[in-house]
Amino acid sequence: MDFLRPASWEEALAAKAEHPTAVPIAGGTDVMVEINFDHRRPEYLLDLNRIEDLSAWEVGEDSVRLGASVPYTRIMEDLRAELPGLALASHTVASPQIRNRGGVGGNLGTASPAGDAHPALLAAGAEVEAESVRGSRRIPIDDFYTGVKRNALAPDELIRAVHIKKADGPQQYSKVGTRNAMVIAVCAFGLALHPETRTVRTGIGSAAPTPVRAKAAEEFLNAALEEGGFWDNGKIITPSVAKQFADLCAAACNPIDDVRGTASYRRHAVGVMARRTLTWTWESYRRADGTTDQEGSVA
Amino acid sequence: MRVNFTVNGRPQEADDVWEGESLLYVLRERLGLPGSKNACEQGECGSCTVRLDGVPVCSCLVAAGQVEGRDVVTVEGLADHARQRSCGGSSGNSLDEAKAWQAKGTDSQTGEGTELAPIQQAFIDAGAVQCGFCTPGLLVAADEMLERNPNPTDADIREALSGNLCRCTGYEKIMDAVRLAAARQGEAV
Repeated sequence: MDFLRPASWEEALAAKAEHPTAVPIAGGTDVMVEINFDHRRPEYLLDLNRIEDLSAWEVGEDSVRLGASVPYTRIMEDLRAELPGLALASHTVASPQIRNRGGVGGNLGTASPAGDAHPALLAAGAEVEAESVRGSRRIPIDDFYTGVKRNALAPDELIRAVHIKKADGPQQYSKVGTRNAMVIAVCAFGLALHPETRTVRTGIGSAAPTPVRAKAAEEFLNAALEEGGFWDNGKIITPSVAKQFADLCAAACNPIDDVRGTASYRRHAVGVMARRTLTWTWESYRRADGTTDQEGSVA
Repeated sequence: MRVNFTVNGRPQEADDVWEGESLLYVLRERLGLPGSKNACEQGECGSCTVRLDGVPVCSCLVAAGQVEGRDVVTVEGLADHARQRSCGGSSGNSLDEAKAWQAKGTDSQTGEGTELAPIQQAFIDAGAVQCGFCTPGLLVAADEMLERNPNPTDADIREALSGNLCRCTGYEKIMDAVRLAAARQGEAV
């Protein structure tokens, strides 16, 4: 095994081009587990810790450019206003020790269906900034997850940053597990209201081979909210609409039975979380102060 | 490969380090500092918690090469770290001093005659140690929280220690110990 230690982003790209099988390591919270347990013996480890740019973020007009290695701790403490859904999701990641090291770049690189950031990214709307010596490109989050622990990156590409739309309305995140800390999601759900476009976006974790959006549920809810004039009158969403939305979210799942839960439990729980997060976000929208309910949420 | 980094305030050099090795392994097996415990090796239990550039991390998930040039504080250096925090100025702990450090004084039950960090003394006084395997990680995590948040609520303490598993005590004595250390810290100011 070789340990590659690029001091700059350009050096990292050159190293990845020269050794496409090199495994990038930043927080190490996935990679080191695999190495400790002898599940993986990469020929090259590519350490990204020395590239300071990856731990920085910029808040722009419409979006936040979040460096791939910004630790979850920073997201939950410093980006709650701009990225409330992702901040809530970040707070559910493992433990303080893990949140101090792990970041969204690693979640995307591993592309586990159970990654905590994914539902929040899908709901908010995001693009992954991937780069290689050949150039830079932005991959829409909807096209990023291609299979179980597979993503759209080319072998010579590295994730530099994620561009996440700043919240223009309330966002929520909910996760099912046996306790608050140190839990791999049994399933998870992210919801973002986008009052500017009068749309709703969702993200489902751990209930399909990849993180997915419940698109039919979104379309149904968009139409129902429009038809009832809800965005303008701010009325309570009718229970039948909420139920239909929940059912369609459950139907968007394609889960499996495993040690953490059964497929039917996951489907059911996703429906419950969809209904709850819709209620929470809509209540916060109705308060019409434009701010997001930032209370933590455990379904 | 060779790794140069600062441990408990003194520069150290570890040789013949395998590239896939963890910081935890380097501390325990190369530098002879077994205070950080090896239990789960997957970041679940927090027994191996150390400070990396001041931040609590699981040393089992940090690749050895990643600590090049960086600053690590282990439980062996905790007393010194706490003393530095309160009085300032210290030359750090040598490896031999660190290796020789034991939570034993003239009376191992009370901690008398030993240099202890306030959090260590509080763990002894509150009876927060049973088998002791999780204790080093808890001490490092709790000490860091008290540095950041001198007046923690119970919820703050629970959250700060949520990455540290104890299979003996049921955590109540550990909560008592951290409350005690916080109260003593408040009195001292």
